[in-house]
Amino acid sequence: MDLKKFFQDQNKKNQIKILTCGSVDDGKSTLLGRLLYDSQNVFLDQMNQAKAESEKYGTQGKELDLALLIDGLQAEREQGITIDVAYRFFETPKCKFIIADTPGHEQYTRNMATGASNSDAAIILIDAQKGVLEQTKRHSFIVNLLGIKHVVVAINKMDLVKYDQNNFEKIVNEYKNFTKNFNFFSTNYIPLSALKGANVFSISENTKWYTGLSLIETLENIHIQDENVKNAFSMPVQWVNRSSSEFRGYSGTITSGKISKGDLITTALSNYQTSIKNIYGPKGELNVAFTNQSVTLTLKDELDISRGDTILTKDNKAIIKADKFAAHIVWMEQESMLPERNYIFRFNNTYINGQITDLVHSINVNSYEEIATKRLNLNDIAYCKIALNKMHSITSYKNNHQLGSFVIIDPYNNKTIGAGMIDHALRRSSNISWHEMSINKETRSKQNAQQPCVIWFTGLSGSGKSTIANILEQKLYTINKRTYLLDGDNVRHGLNKDLGFTDTDRVENIRRVAEVSKLMADAGLITLVSFISPFRSERQMAKELFQLGEFFEVFVSTSLEECEKRDPKGLYKKARAGELKNFTGIDSTYESPENPDLTLDTKKSSAEQLADQIINFLKDKKIV
Amino acid sequence: MNLSHLEKLESESIHIIREVASEFDNPVMLYSIGKDSAVMLHLALKAFAPGKLPFKLLHVDTTWKFKDMIKFRDDIEKEYDLDLLVHINQEGVKNNIGPISHGSKLHTDIMKTQALKQALNKYKFDAAFGGARRDEEKSRAKERIFSFRDQHHHWDPKNQRPELWNLFNTKIAKGESVRVFPLSNWTEIDVWQYIYQEKINIVPLYFAEERPVIQRDNLLLMVDDKRLDIKDYEKVQNKLIRFRTLGCYPLTGAIESSAKSVEEIIVELLESKNSEREGRAIDNDQIGSMEKKKQEGYF
Repeated sequence: MDLKKFFQDQNKKNQIKILTCGSVDDGKSTLLGRLLYDSQNVFLDQMNQAKAESEKYGTQGKELDLALLIDGLQAEREQGITIDVAYRFFETPKCKFIIADTPGHEQYTRNMATGASNSDAAIILIDAQKGVLEQTKRHSFIVNLLGIKHVVVAINKMDLVKYDQNNFEKIVNEYKNFTKNFNFFSTNYIPLSALKGANVFSISENTKWYTGLSLIETLENIHIQDENVKNAFSMPVQWVNRSSSEFRGYSGTITSGKISKGDLITTALSNYQTSIKNIYGPKGELNVAFTNQSVTLTLKDELDISRGDTILTKDNKAIIKADKFAAHIVWMEQESMLPERNYIFRFNNTYINGQITDLVHSINVNSYEEIATKRLNLNDIAYCKIALNKMHSITSYKNNHQLGSFVIIDPYNNKTIGAGMIDHALRRSSNISWHEMSINKETRSKQNAQQPCVIWFTGLSGSGKSTIANILEQKLYTINKRTYLLDGDNVRHGLNKDLGFTDTDRVENIRRVAEVSKLMADAGLITLVSFISPFRSERQMAKELFQLGEFFEVFVSTSLEECEKRDPKGLYKKARAGELKNFTGIDSTYESPENPDLTLDTKKSSAEQLADQIINFLKDKKIV
Repeated sequence: MNLSHLEKLESESIHIIREVASEFDNPVMLYSIGKDSAVMLHLALKAFAPGKLPFKLLHVDTTWKFKDMIKFRDDIEKEYDLDLLVHINQEGVKNNIGPISHGSKLHTDIMKTQALKQALNKYKFDAAFGGARRDEEKSRAKERIFSFRDQHHHWDPKNQRPELWNLFNTKIAKGESVRVFPLSNWTEIDVWQYIYQEKINIVPLYFAEERPVIQRDNLLLMVDDKRLDIKDYEKVQNKLIRFRTLGCYPLTGAIESSAKSVEEIIVELLESKNSEREGRAIDNDQIGSMEKKKQEGYF
């Protein structure tokens, strides 16, 4: 064996990452098993294991069940379905393939988007007996949304429709029809039987009418072009290498274009200008470096550039400094997305907090209709506007997948709950700057001779919030403190009278009250807020509007049972009777505070005593 | 200009390694002394050149590793001036836990899985690199590059964080951690080709040599020390053997081979019909066994 030639060939092989998507029972695992098996990428011991398992779980009688080479996890073997994204490797003399195998059933759309995000091409499986299903449309939509350019439509189980050409063409036409507005560079249609191996590696006798290539030849011939290479240079700073006092390098992976020693560069956020002194690649010093290379750059001038910034050449006009942008997002979590809620946005080299300010519309992935919507649920796809709490270098996903993508993280449990693709930066708001007033919070509190703050009461309806807040306000008044009490019921009659009791409206209700209480604290008042405020994240959002020591969360901990017993306004009775919808504690959740500044037990003490307890607490905090 | 597939893999791994150093407070690199660890370490050194590694290495020593592995580990530590920690489960040592007396399952659990958890807890590491690859085993094929672990170091395959593009979610709460696999997308042949091209040093046990072995169950075991407890009916023979993977010596089967160089190993590999984990006793002790071990916190 000529090893030198082998390595030369290996190095010439293209690496192609492929996403496979299909509905349950389209025969996807069988197809993958077939690809591995026929390309001789299955080892003997793996075969033997699959054979042993075929006898136990197989669906092909005594025959080897090819799907069992693929269905990895124990749970799936028992259920006979695939549950997560799995990666498979196989190679042919021409190509190295990495296959992202994603499940087809509806509730796992998030996995498909995950697989699609790193794929160059997609195989979309259609069962010849069933034709185009809703899921086929959903999968194709996601493939297009995630910017995959090459699609192979594999019409499988042709053996079960007698390799009928009309059947095949009917599906092809239907598919062409609903994808006519998509941005695919190439779409190939192949009649297939994964089970029998027809048209997988070689053309079958049974489809003499088919003039195209086999599946594997089609995949080998996909020409993947990295458009980014031709664009202007960009590299997000990933790591600052300060290995000695003389060495300061900026490490990262080049996301577009090329860079040479001596090139003039600028930084997107800090706006420095200098030139490249030296380039270090994995194999040492380089004169020029290209897209996808991990490098370390040293610069002519000593500058302080940090992770989160991006190094660009001056001709790069596609990257804009902005804090607002429009994007498509895919929601990936059970808990709904609510506008204005605080989320963490994870970009290429930084995390930034922000909010989804406007849900422009969601998209029905079966009919591709745009729908007005107020919230997003698991697997929903939408177009929206996002506001970040600080500036970032923004570019469109179309221009650059690495820089134009982001994931959304829940700040309370760190789960990845969504993914997004930037459409364009919104520059409107950069013209509005906060007007610095010469009379400020400090001067006002001096005049009032008091430290303004917000005391935020939270608890179930009927827990005693308003009663205690009322007594507290009286007590503060008698010691000459300037106060204001914002009460849930009162505010809902005025400022918030357009809001109902759905989760979306509850979030907006609290956001407005939080902003109003901020203005009041700014005006120098001790502000008492008495709102059920059932969600942890909105209370946290309110808290984050204030400085340390300005916001106190007081939990009136009366139990649901006790509140229902008291029922001062008769509301629980109505809610139980079904006359009131979305009532906290009954059919809408209340999330108790995890770390309140103060917890009040109305069973042990009177409202009067509890108000005194707060006064003592405020004394400790030097507020009164 | 297009990168070769190996250059792509190299860049991707370096990116992952730098990402961990940037985002975690106290990462560690699990160093198992094998070829994959050698490649991972090599990539890490490149990621931070000309500087030193910004994290420590950790070897979980089951006390049953081949003698040549330990010697190699100590040599590498000196050569690259590494900060290498060695952890042994002393509780297990006290109870004389071993693969021969207690079987592979219990031994691996106590001396490897439990030992690893002890070390992670002791040093409060929030991220740990491992050299596992997705092509190795079916349950590994489903694991994320950044694989989240709860406070008990457990993996929940049904509740993994979606991983899109190269945007890794590194956010964790106190006590939780992440296992990071920079070689996820490498195949066995990629690893060997890289070792060859980069001239990376690996443990001599990978190369064929005459070594004393016995046949036990389905494995060809090397007589590395007296603890192997050779029975009367077992015959020690000198055979030309080498190892495709390295672990605890009584659990790691040798293969008969004459491959004495990386080139010869690659040729042998290309002609081989068995996967590399076949020589591992621990994968086969129950159906779905690797997946079960992983859920409990094994790497």
